[in-house]
Amino acid sequence: MRDVIYRLFRSPAALIGMALLLLVAIMAASASVFYPQGPFNLVGQPLAWPGKLPGLPFGTDSLGRDVVAGILHGSRVSLLIGLAATVAALALGIAIGAPSGYFGGWVDDVLMRITDAFQTIPPFLLAIVIIVIVRPSVATIIFAIAAISWPAVARLVRAEFLKLREAEFVASCRLIGMSDARIIFTQILPNAMAPIVVSASIMVASAILTESALSFLGLGDPNAISWGSMVGMGRSDFRTAWYLVAIPGTAIVLTVLGLNLLGDGLNDALNTRLHRRRAGA
Amino acid sequence: MAVNPPGRATGRTRYILRRLGQALAVLVIVVVLQFFLLHLAPGDIADVIAGEVQASDPQFIAKLRADFGLDQSLLVQLGLFAWHILQLDFGNSHAFNVPVIQIIAERLPATLLLMTTAIGSAFVVGSMLGMAAAMKVGRWPDVVISVLALLFYATPAFLAGIALILIFSVHLNWLPMTGMATTWVTHTSWSYFVDVVKHLVMPMTALSLFYVAIYTRLMRASMLEVMNLDYVRTARAKGLRPLRIMWRHMARNAFLPVFTMLGLQVGSLLGGAILIETVFGWPGIGRLAFEGVFRRDVPLVMGILFLSSVLVLSVSLLIDLLYTKLDPRITMR
Repeated sequence: MRDVIYRLFRSPAALIGMALLLLVAIMAASASVFYPQGPFNLVGQPLAWPGKLPGLPFGTDSLGRDVVAGILHGSRVSLLIGLAATVAALALGIAIGAPSGYFGGWVDDVLMRITDAFQTIPPFLLAIVIIVIVRPSVATIIFAIAAISWPAVARLVRAEFLKLREAEFVASCRLIGMSDARIIFTQILPNAMAPIVVSASIMVASAILTESALSFLGLGDPNAISWGSMVGMGRSDFRTAWYLVAIPGTAIVLTVLGLNLLGDGLNDALNTRLHRRRAGA
Repeated sequence: MAVNPPGRATGRTRYILRRLGQALAVLVIVVVLQFFLLHLAPGDIADVIAGEVQASDPQFIAKLRADFGLDQSLLVQLGLFAWHILQLDFGNSHAFNVPVIQIIAERLPATLLLMTTAIGSAFVVGSMLGMAAAMKVGRWPDVVISVLALLFYATPAFLAGIALILIFSVHLNWLPMTGMATTWVTHTSWSYFVDVVKHLVMPMTALSLFYVAIYTRLMRASMLEVMNLDYVRTARAKGLRPLRIMWRHMARNAFLPVFTMLGLQVGSLLGGAILIETVFGWPGIGRLAFEGVFRRDVPLVMGILFLSSVLVLSVSLLIDLLYTKLDPRITMR
């Protein structure tokens, strides 16, 4: 584990990624400190360009709300939805993928066809339909994003389990009479964690992208401002006030970029370890 | 060289049959899923129609329920639902007041045009960039291409779309902002073609950027992997020209994973089309789905959901079948 962290801190990609994410985390943490009234507060004349009014470095939107406040509070929505949706998708994906790979046979057939079905319905469309049916809210969006992203996890976990169930240490566990559930959770799953961790950081990134796209279409939580909804609102004034699109847009791109860079770094760091372990075995 | 073993042909047929069976099973599950989605919604079709014609007469609503079979048990309803869907009978669209299948058929070509050109150009551009990066690995062209791919990968399609409009329509005034064709002029077939191409360039580019990034990264990794294989070294040792080695020996094998990816992406491409068609006012299925969702046009949304699933399924089936041609080892598993 220590050499993984060491390698992570020596990879420039991972370092840039972590720096970007640290920045977003600081933004999320400081939102209530700097803007305790929340992002909906009206602060000045509408559509003031960045820097035109004192104390408003990013200007105001079409209703006269402070863009900085929106960006800071929006970072919370993005992070919350990205992380929560990923955790939910991981749980669901492991719950489906682990038995599928471990038991094989008809269990595998049934579970994989269900997974196929979820991958067959165009994911973004499915998310939209779920959200509209259950009404937009942060919880619904988390649920909808988890519902479209678990199949990838399930496939990944299944592939790992297929490989590992033939391993000698699993055979020896079976020999001493360990229960299937215990083998799955205490023996195979920890060994399958490396690719899951790598895919998790990419999943947070794509969850944030999906959330921004949903909010952009006006399907976000009406009680929260998110970066996507800021782009969506700014779109109507984008000829004259394109900063309303560019500022939240940059926030989205940098956050997603950070997560992807971290994912690349993790991938390299963990894979070298795997290669070495296999070579040494 | 061994002659084909006699079991080979039947092996392939068996594989194809199994894949077809799987696809059918998936389709059944999709229909069941859709049915349950429909039942998650507060209120049923009868409520929606009654709301639309502003009828509050309970007898009328009861008659509607009976007409749609909504007074039957859940299992019977599911059966009815599946029966109608398999006949491609999705009912009438509430919002447009024409059969769902008709309006989908009208809008489908625009989306297919957008999707195929976007994925096609992404494939070409991404493969080229990936190859170029792999050839110059570690040097500045590789760095530039890799950074570009990372940026494209992190940019939401709708943002790219707005940026393109801002630059090429608002400021430079080179390209039309929305729609698929200029409606107020009479076209010859050639000028119509040029007009559509002009309208297509920006939405196509915005939709393709993400996939350009994917193919670039995939092709680069794939080329780097192939680069050190024995047969490439042999080709090099024979003194073949580097460009020839790249094309004839490396690219062919490196294309396989890229090709697989292509089949997996139809579904996500449709999702991207929803955003892009909304931004550019492109008259396709994506925008139609979005309108349908907003106007609570349940038959329309269910029709699009089902037909797009069929599209995704057919493409992945097709790719699998092509694969058995390209790589006979596939059927062995």
